[in-house]
Amino acid sequence: MSDRRPPSRREVWITGVGLVSSFGEGLDAHWAALAQDPAPVREEAAFAPYVVHPLARIEFDRQIPKKGDQRQMEPWQRIGTYAAGLALDSAGIKGDKDILGRTDMVVAAGGGERDQSVDGSILSEIENQPNPDVYLSERLQADLRPTLFLAQLSNLLAGNISIVHGVTGSSRTFMGEESSGVDAVRIGWSRIAAGTSEIALVGGAYNAERRDMLLLFALRHLAMHAPWSPVLAEANGVPSGSAGAFLVLESAEHARARGATPIAKLSGVWSDRARRSADGEIEAVLEGLIAKAGPLGEGTAVLSGACGAPIPTRAEVAVLAKTGLPVRSVTDRVGHSLEAQFPVALALAALTVSHGRLFGPLAGESVEKPFDGPLSRAIVTGVGHWRGEGLALVERAD
Amino acid sequence: MTSYTDKAGRPIVVVTGMGMMTSLGQGKQDNWAKLTAGQSGIHRITRFPVDTLKTTIAGTVDYLPGGRRSAPDLSEELAALAAEEAISEAGIGTGGRFPGPLFCAVPPIELEWPQRRILAREAAPNGPVSYDDLLRAAEVNDHSDWHERFVYGSIADHLADRFGTQGQPISLSTACASGNTSIQLAVEAIRRGECDAALSIATDGSVTAEALIRFSLLSALSAHNENPAGASRPFAKNRDGFIIAEGAGALVLESLEHAVARGARVLGVVEGVGEMADSFHRTRSSPDAKPVIGCMRNALADAGVSPDEVDYINAHGTSTPENDRMEFTGMSAVFGERLGSIPVSSNKSMIGHTLTAAGAIEAVVSLLTIQNGRIPPTINYEIPDPAIPLDVVPNVARDAQVTRVMSNSFGFGGQNVCLILTAAPV
Repeated sequence: MSDRRPPSRREVWITGVGLVSSFGEGLDAHWAALAQDPAPVREEAAFAPYVVHPLARIEFDRQIPKKGDQRQMEPWQRIGTYAAGLALDSAGIKGDKDILGRTDMVVAAGGGERDQSVDGSILSEIENQPNPDVYLSERLQADLRPTLFLAQLSNLLAGNISIVHGVTGSSRTFMGEESSGVDAVRIGWSRIAAGTSEIALVGGAYNAERRDMLLLFALRHLAMHAPWSPVLAEANGVPSGSAGAFLVLESAEHARARGATPIAKLSGVWSDRARRSADGEIEAVLEGLIAKAGPLGEGTAVLSGACGAPIPTRAEVAVLAKTGLPVRSVTDRVGHSLEAQFPVALALAALTVSHGRLFGPLAGESVEKPFDGPLSRAIVTGVGHWRGEGLALVERAD
Repeated sequence: MTSYTDKAGRPIVVVTGMGMMTSLGQGKQDNWAKLTAGQSGIHRITRFPVDTLKTTIAGTVDYLPGGRRSAPDLSEELAALAAEEAISEAGIGTGGRFPGPLFCAVPPIELEWPQRRILAREAAPNGPVSYDDLLRAAEVNDHSDWHERFVYGSIADHLADRFGTQGQPISLSTACASGNTSIQLAVEAIRRGECDAALSIATDGSVTAEALIRFSLLSALSAHNENPAGASRPFAKNRDGFIIAEGAGALVLESLEHAVARGARVLGVVEGVGEMADSFHRTRSSPDAKPVIGCMRNALADAGVSPDEVDYINAHGTSTPENDRMEFTGMSAVFGERLGSIPVSSNKSMIGHTLTAAGAIEAVVSLLTIQNGRIPPTINYEIPDPAIPLDVVPNVARDAQVTRVMSNSFGFGGQNVCLILTAAPV
């Protein structure tokens, strides 16, 4: 006979959001940008022929006061550490040693940035060397900055957040492109829902303004070439966007006890994996995930993280169109931030649900329909550019 | 009747299959024989020229057929071999379907020099090579298989296909604590009732010239090149850094109830897991060892046991001056005067530091220690460090009844995770 107890599930609130992107920083700036002119900020010359959504000008000193800390980080870590600080401020727990010492952190991260001038210089000479491998070792020893490695290790975004903001309850880093963002949120949420964690900081960061990452997309011919086009309508490539998003997730009990109010409720997070070896697999998996979110009636919108890679995005569009729900593309506004994309989409979902209404559709985005009714719920989709499907349900906290 | 829940009312999580790969060899049997014989797997590097390097030794895995491969290729192969051993021992799943999720710790992954050089040659610019040239070559030619190989998720993705694990696998890193984190995530998922079984793998086949140079530039590596087998000297006074190494560990974890129901042989119990992050420095642990102390205490509390109930400590013991001193400080605070009478040994004295894989490999060795009643030694312990008086099981394996082990893993970025492992319930 089984003596396993039935799983209990607690309510999980989003009590803090930290968001930076090409639209600026913070929820208000994003709401203003979405409400006014939803056209994305884009850069089509600096990384030609590619489209990139550059990070807005950020005064990093405001969240990372020590220059020494900033120097130890590459841009992706600065973006993430900054966004994490915003999230802690937003939740009202910045500097609260007691709470931060118990805060569980799950970060979605990729790899660090290379020193592209060192790489280029080595590549320019290496083929003329009698022994290329010996030459490579000599050059790397002479030219690599010793601390660059620390700016490249995936888990050092979390490490920097611990150092700069004092988050030390626990620290875990997930990789695996878009799906790492889904699972970082899912694990943070699951632990709180199951009662084994009270408060968590989850999220990720991405610097799109780097050719070494564009190269990874270009190898599969997936980086979007200029001119920019909306991804749900055309899906002809991934428009990379610099962004960072962190969310403070908290049990309702813990939040109430410290007098914190929810921005929104996070009612569920699910991930799955279509093998993508045959037509229809992504659609089936995504439909399965939507079914898990339960009946989605009136007042529900979809915040799509669709990346713009042709195969997965066309599949996602087909499924979303069938739901009949109003859809908004996150990528069309701030670009695609890979590991950070799902947390960014979740942040925007919490934002729009907290306002109780959906921001307007984008001209030229055929799947986006006007929706003026009250909004009580949003589902967030994350379909990876080559693997990984995810979904979250965000609900209005009243 | 056996209870299927622990003191806290959670499902008891057991290990029913284990696999490992190290520079010493393939599989548990070979590794165990060599580890208990005090044999070292550290050797001179032949994978790349070492002429100009400060450190010329490592615990690379060079015995697999097939020649030179990329770090993710080797990491995936090591992981697959370890997982095959674990799954076959557990006898779990049918028809290539493993009935649970995969948690997979993977090393840093990026496009490597051979690929960059091919792209540069294809671009054939008239002047200096830039990333714009590489981008142009990538667009004009077809290297789409490199995309899949060098994204972070593909090792776990391929393993998920191979073993038929359920759902989206989680690829993870907590630096040198990654192996323990891969186990921790599985334990938590089973305790939450999300699954009855899970596969934890931690793998690292990433010893390239650039990886070695990166650690060397941080002054983390030993330069005792003259006698490779004698270079890794955890807790000894003349230790001077760790030895970079490769390997993989894999564990099949299940709820006790699930294991019993299918008649599986239980190899041991993951009784508790603790973690605590350190905000002191990017590479150095807090000198007061508070986070490490907190981590060990969290693991004991999670297991619901007192420090007096630990029989043996499988140390992180990297052989760096700082880690071993800090680990001693932490253990002293947790175990008090009793520490002097607890055997503490470091597998890294023989297999080096397998980085991402270390925690999982050491968990396997810890459970083998319990099973066999024999503690693998800390070799190369010729000059004790008077500042860290420990019973390190010096140089020769020791027979001892061990029922409960603490296994420590600490990593760059303030990562600390400790496991409490015990014998199978009777």
